[in-house]
Amino acid sequence: MAQVWARLDDVCVRYGPKIVMQNLSLDIVEGAITCIIGLSGAGKSTILRLLNGLKKPDTGRVFVHGEDITTMRESELIDLRRTIGFAFQFSALFDSLSIGENVALPLREHTKKPAAEIKKIVSETLESVGLAHVEDRYPAELSGGMVKRAGFARAVVTNPQAVLYDEPTTGLDPIITHVLTDTIVKLRRRLNGTAVVVSHDLDSIYMMADYIAMLFEGAIVAYGTVDEIRRSPNPIVQQFLQGSEVGPIPI
Amino acid sequence: MRVLDEVGRGTTNVFAYAGGAAELLADSVRFIVGLRIRFRETSDQAYLLGVQSLSIVLLTSLFTGMVFSLESAVQAVEYGVGNLVGGAVAFSTARELGPMLSAVVVAGRTGAAIAAELGSMVVTEQIEALQSLGLSPTRMLVVPRLLALIVMLPLLTILADIVSILGGMWVANIYAHISTESFVTSARSVLPFTDVLKGLFKSVVFGIIIAIIGSYQGLQTRGGAAGVGKATTGAVVTAIILIFVFNFALSYVLFGGS
Repeated sequence: MAQVWARLDDVCVRYGPKIVMQNLSLDIVEGAITCIIGLSGAGKSTILRLLNGLKKPDTGRVFVHGEDITTMRESELIDLRRTIGFAFQFSALFDSLSIGENVALPLREHTKKPAAEIKKIVSETLESVGLAHVEDRYPAELSGGMVKRAGFARAVVTNPQAVLYDEPTTGLDPIITHVLTDTIVKLRRRLNGTAVVVSHDLDSIYMMADYIAMLFEGAIVAYGTVDEIRRSPNPIVQQFLQGSEVGPIPI
Repeated sequence: MRVLDEVGRGTTNVFAYAGGAAELLADSVRFIVGLRIRFRETSDQAYLLGVQSLSIVLLTSLFTGMVFSLESAVQAVEYGVGNLVGGAVAFSTARELGPMLSAVVVAGRTGAAIAAELGSMVVTEQIEALQSLGLSPTRMLVVPRLLALIVMLPLLTILADIVSILGGMWVANIYAHISTESFVTSARSVLPFTDVLKGLFKSVVFGIIIAIIGSYQGLQTRGGAAGVGKATTGAVVTAIILIFVFNFALSYVLFGGS
């Protein structure tokens, strides 16, 4: 039986009066790529923030490696976050730092490695995401796809146990989308860890996912392998996958 | 009932704001006491927030000293007390005008810059990125700005005091023919050195106010570009009001009736 890396247990989240998650439960399998799909604003990105403790649920619990992170103090959460990489939707690179400095930041702050070694690791990590020789350039000088990959490099440079990707291919052309999808698969293999990807891009999801979870109206309405989801009899899933206006999902 | 609701909500918001800002200050102090300081970032901020404010602080101080002298010197000579003008200018500059004016000018320039920068980092997820890397935004961003202003605002105030007094001396000499020697003698006899130090202590407090309010407003930014604008305005207005309030309280405590 597959090991569970993280578990959302009966989680409720609300933003003001809006209920985003209601009694949501989900297991994230260790060593696999789990993709979360759903409508815009359904709360997919919130799941990622729950998994690394950036957001606390209003009720319910979140377990990572069996430990309840909802009761952790901030100092414990900081230790936890060092084991989880996070690639943000718009990369969230620090615009006052060069690409090299961005990627080096977690190593400089969390390790006592000498500068030469950090430089070597940064070069290797950037190379592993297909970005060689951009260390001295600034985020504003790179294309959208390159910035995304630099964000990936920063997320994985400390060899985390898991990496969370928030909409990694949104707004990019099909070729770059393919490159990034391939990069996510390769990085997961290289780290031998877990990946959770929030995305709308079905082609990309079919290419990389081991498991897919569909979020609808605050709950997981379908969960399974790519084949299971594609063959799901659930009309909500089928309407979403086909992009149809007709069906139970209100437009 | 609606009015009471509004008053109640407003009061709650004020206390929540004060609590949040105090918590940010306490967090920052914890990092400073634990010597978890990023020195390079702090010196960069000292340059950006302090050195780059120098020209505007000196200009406003120069003209304030000059206008103060212009208004008082001719009158003083008419009443036969021209020998007191130097003392009046130095006294008011070192105790009140120097620290206050420098703080207000720096709050306008620097408080806005801090709030805008941190606010932009919030809306572009850079603050969340720091947290997701296991780094504290307080240590990485707030502490360097706080330390920079604690050091730089008193230094700016010293220069502002000097320029303001020199400007006053020049105008007193040109318009009221008060000699430089008389002006300096009066200033030295009226202004004890401890008053200058107390004025600089005020600057330290004002520096803390500007850094913490700017940072807090920035970190509380919500809602994109409009939110950044709101945070920036809020930082400047709140910091200036607090500077006036704390100036009164500090003058009362430090100088009493003297």
